[in-house]
Amino acid sequence: MNSANNNTNTGVGLVVRGLRKSFDGQPVLKGVGFEVQPGEIFVLMGPSGSGKSVLLKHLIGLEEADEGEILINGESITTPEIAAKYRMALVFQSGALLNSLTVGENVGLYLTEHRLKPPAEIEKVVLEILNDVGLKDAVNKMPSELSGGMKKRAAIARALVIEPQLILYDEPTSELDPLSSVVIGNEILDLKRRIHVTSLVVSHDRDLAFGVADRIAVIMDGEIKIIGTPDEVKNFNDPQVQKFLHADFKREK
Amino acid sequence: MFENIGEIFLLFWRTLLALPFAWRQRRKVLDQFYEIGNASLLMVCVLSFFIGAVIALQTGPVLVERSLSNAVGGVVGIAIAKELAPVMMAILIAGRIGSAMAAEIGSMRVYQEIDALRTMNINPVHYLVLPRMLAITVALPMLVITAILVGWFGGAVVANYNAHMEIPFRAFYSDLRDIVELKDVANGVFKSFCFAIIIGAVSCHQGLNTIGGPRGIGRSVTKAVVNSIVCIVIFDYVLTRFLLK
Repeated sequence: MNSANNNTNTGVGLVVRGLRKSFDGQPVLKGVGFEVQPGEIFVLMGPSGSGKSVLLKHLIGLEEADEGEILINGESITTPEIAAKYRMALVFQSGALLNSLTVGENVGLYLTEHRLKPPAEIEKVVLEILNDVGLKDAVNKMPSELSGGMKKRAAIARALVIEPQLILYDEPTSELDPLSSVVIGNEILDLKRRIHVTSLVVSHDRDLAFGVADRIAVIMDGEIKIIGTPDEVKNFNDPQVQKFLHADFKREK
Repeated sequence: MFENIGEIFLLFWRTLLALPFAWRQRRKVLDQFYEIGNASLLMVCVLSFFIGAVIALQTGPVLVERSLSNAVGGVVGIAIAKELAPVMMAILIAGRIGSAMAAEIGSMRVYQEIDALRTMNINPVHYLVLPRMLAITVALPMLVITAILVGWFGGAVVANYNAHMEIPFRAFYSDLRDIVELKDVANGVFKSFCFAIIIGAVSCHQGLNTIGGPRGIGRSVTKAVVNSIVCIVIFDYVLTRFLLK
C-alpha cells in the first residue's frame, strides 16, 4: 500500500463518506460515513456480520465500493499517487504472517522486497522493532511456533516497519486471553504516544474499545448508529446499541 | 476450466511483464528450482528407465521377427525423445510440483497472506508466481533431457538382455544415432518448455483463486493437476502438428 518516501511521522486524517457495498444484491454497507482526526484512536465497534471487516478492506484497497468515497488527508484513495504519498498498514485479525518465513523475515519483508535498506541495517531495524513489541527472542522462530498474542504482536511489528501514518487493526484482540488483550491495547496507546500514528481499530471487544478509544463509532447492519467519545457512546439511548454494549449472561442464583 | 483460460493468459502476460524483476527474486527462483529437482529427479529417472524398457520390450521382438533389429534403437529413441519423455515427465511434474504450487499459494490466499503482501505493496505475481514460473520452465526441460538419456539407456538394457532381441549396446546406440537427430531431441525439449508454462500458469492461477478453507485448497489442488494434464494432452497434439511441418 505504500513506499516509504514520505518521512513525516504525523498521522493522517481519514474521511469516509456515503460508503455503500452489496454482495450478490445483499447490502453490507448502507451509506457508512465518519471522520478520523490525525493522531486519533478511532474504534469501530459492532456485532459480527455488521460490515466492519468489509469496511476495513475498502480502506486498504482490497475491495472497491459501489458508491461513496474514502479520503486520506483530503485525497481519494483511488488516486494512483496515494500509495506512494501516505504510508498505511493493516494488522490482520489472524496476523497473516507468511508461514514460510521466520518472524524476523516477516517483519523485515517490506524493507527487503522494496530494497529500502541494506540487509545489515534491515536486521538492526527488525531487532529494534521486535524489541519494542517484546518479541526480540522470537526473531528466528517460525509463525507456527508463536502463541496467538505473539502472532498479533509480530503483525504489529511488521506494520511498524513501514513507519505508518495510518494503522488499521482488524479485531486485534480476538482469540486472545485478557492479559494478552491488555498488552495489545497498551501497544496501540503506546504507538499513538510515540509516533502520533492515526489508528482505526475494528473490534467487538468492549473492554478494548472503551480502554483505548478517543472516539467510538458503533456500526450495526451496515449503518453507523452513533459516533462519539466513550462516555457519549455509553450513554447513547438506543436499545439496539445498549443491548450490544451490555450483553451478558443471565444465570439463575 | 475453459472459462478460466482468459485469466490464465492474463496471469501469464503479467508474469512476462514481471520478467525485468527476475534478478531480484533470484534466491526464490533457486529455492524453487532446488525444490523441483530434489522432489522429482529420482522419480524421473525411475519412470523414464522403465518407459524406455517397456517400449523396447513391446516393439523390439516384433521388429526383430521382421528382420528389422536395426530399427529398435531408432524407434525407442524417437518415441522417447519426441513424445514419451516430455509428456510423461510433464504429467509427473503436474502431479508433484503443480499440486504443491496450487496448495502453497492457495493456503496463502485462504489465510490472508496474499492480502498482507498487497497491503505492503508487494505484487503477488512478482513475489509468488514469477519465481515458480521461472524455476519450472528451466527445471522441466532439464528433467526431460535427463529422462531422454535414462529412457534410451533403459531401452538399450532391455534390447541387450532380452532373449528375443539380444542387440548389443553399441549396435543399439549406433542405430539410435542413425535415426534420431538433434532436432528430434530439441522438439521434445521445446514441448517440455511449453508444458512447464502450462503447469506453472494453471497451478498458480488456481492457487491465487482459491476460496474457502482447507476444502477449497483441496479443490484447487485437484483442479490444478487435472486442468494441467488436460491442457498438456491438448497442447501436445497442437505442438506435434506444428513441429511436424
